[in-house]
Amino acid sequence: MRKKTDKKTGGFGTISLRRSAMSAPYLFWAVAFIIIPLLMIFYYGLTDKTGAFTLANVAAIAYAEHSKALWLALGLSLISTVICLILAYPLALILSQRKLSQQSFLVLIFILPMWMNFLLRTLAWQTLLEKTGVLNSVLSFLGLPALNIINTPGAIILGMVYNFLPFMILPLYNALTKIDPNVINAAHDLGANGVQTFCRVIFPLSIPGVISGITMVFVPALTTFVISNLLGGSKILLIGNVIEQEFTQAGNWHLGSGLSIVLMIFILVNMVLTNIFDKNGEGTVL
Amino acid sequence: MQKRTVITKLGCLAVTGTLLAGLLSGCGASPASSDSAQNGEVVVYNWGEYIDPDALEMFEEETGIRVIYDEFETNEIMYPKVEAGASQYDVICPSDYMIQKMIDNDLLQELDFTHIPNAKKNIGAQYWEQSEQFDPGNKYSVPYCWGTVGILYNKTMVQEPVDSWSVLWEEQYADNILMQDSVRDAFMVALKLNGNSMNSTDPDELAAARDLLIEQKPLVQAYVIDQVRDKMIGGEAALGVIYSGEAIYTQRENPDLEYVIPKEGTNVWIDSWVIPKNAPNKENAEAFIDFMCRPDIALMNFDYITYSTPNDAARELIEDEEIRNSSIAFPDLSQYENLETFRYLGEEGDELYNEMWKEVKSK
Repeated sequence: MRKKTDKKTGGFGTISLRRSAMSAPYLFWAVAFIIIPLLMIFYYGLTDKTGAFTLANVAAIAYAEHSKALWLALGLSLISTVICLILAYPLALILSQRKLSQQSFLVLIFILPMWMNFLLRTLAWQTLLEKTGVLNSVLSFLGLPALNIINTPGAIILGMVYNFLPFMILPLYNALTKIDPNVINAAHDLGANGVQTFCRVIFPLSIPGVISGITMVFVPALTTFVISNLLGGSKILLIGNVIEQEFTQAGNWHLGSGLSIVLMIFILVNMVLTNIFDKNGEGTVL
Repeated sequence: MQKRTVITKLGCLAVTGTLLAGLLSGCGASPASSDSAQNGEVVVYNWGEYIDPDALEMFEEETGIRVIYDEFETNEIMYPKVEAGASQYDVICPSDYMIQKMIDNDLLQELDFTHIPNAKKNIGAQYWEQSEQFDPGNKYSVPYCWGTVGILYNKTMVQEPVDSWSVLWEEQYADNILMQDSVRDAFMVALKLNGNSMNSTDPDELAAARDLLIEQKPLVQAYVIDQVRDKMIGGEAALGVIYSGEAIYTQRENPDLEYVIPKEGTNVWIDSWVIPKNAPNKENAEAFIDFMCRPDIALMNFDYITYSTPNDAARELIEDEEIRNSSIAFPDLSQYENLETFRYLGEEGDELYNEMWKEVKSK
């Protein structure tokens, strides 16, 4: 054992050299497609049309239309995240307790929809929920009253939950499978019943997975504009829609960037929280 | 472990093989493509689904100019791409007010009509006259399609005769109305209903239009652009604001649909070919525009996209008399009042509209 470690550290110099060479493609990628675009957003967000420095674009979040859209987006994505967590946790728990051979098959079933394009799946929901859609046809065939879900906040939440649920299941599943069965056996041996084992052993050990699942659902839900456009009939303006419209319709990149910066603050807060709870990076998958 | 390395190696081999094959086939293909592109290329930037793909192929075969084709969804998406000069296009097909904005901002170059003989020969005088509103002197643009904006309604759901924009504010059609999800089109409806110009920049008139749209919002099922077509065909809504070109297509699919131009007036629009200032292949661009003005090609495009053609010679060639004299495709505009064409309102005007539209959408 000792020898092995020595050997490793002995060759450390060459390995690290090779490593930095190998990371070059990613570094290039990160600079070209992450760092530079981010800097451009900050440049546009903090300047006005003449190029002079201003905070007006960021402060514009205080306008009634913008802050309403932000609160609405926060509210809907929070609700979606909670629903995802409630749906995904029992599922991940069941999955993690299956035999290994069954596990991979079951996980596949939940990931399978992700192989289809996200836009197509959302459009499919539109066809399902429409007034003359599949759902209402079935209901009227059964003699039940029609449901008017499409173009309501409820439809947007449904779209968010459907699209982002796999991102909650996977980290949870990952965290739960990592729990040593002996720890649970020990809890039982020491007299803990099922509820106590869950509350004091299983759940605390799965916190990293919970946190990273929350991040992976909350952040895309907060920023989405496609789901609210397609399932909300463009009647419900979320902060993502406001930003998108500033870029594509109004052509005001400065305001669009300024509002993006505000949104980034919320995402950063979320990431800081994640880091606090998930120091070992145990929950992160994908 | 051993096994895995073998697999990895095999994988690498497979990838390299595919890459090589791609390179080889690329090499093999290049002489052929350069053969067809002996006269260079032309980069076209047009609306989505706004041309018969066969027409592009015919152009390539006849002229030896290779067409590189790109599409946009709205004028507003097209404009910043051209303004930034990031991608160099040779021919673009914007709408009236956007052409005016591009002329104002010195983004277009004058056309040499000696290279486009078909344009003046085949396109009707009334369309050139209408173009003067945004392109004085007809120096920069050649009309490609035109039309009106009106109400498409389902006769099985709407019994009363529809002749006014006000029907879109009637309680009985709550949740059965589709509005256009674009700022100028939405405001056009409200401004016309109030008896104002759709090019108004008067803050009071705009505020009144905004309040009208806010009042309408609870009745609106959805704000859509292209989807209005499919939703109306599917019987999803009773009334929708739609472009006349789409109306003919929807009627083909669903005979219950009827299109009207409301009595308060509406938008008469033209989409025209223009050449941007930084176009690398101006001569090819002019050859392309000329080709599009040929009667047989204009007819092909009309059959395919069903948007009205300003090409009088092409209209003569339409065999189906019903379509040739269709009041939707070729309405007699003299019987309507208050028809207007959008004008560019300047940056301040645009901002005012966008601000108010946001207020409507966030209510």
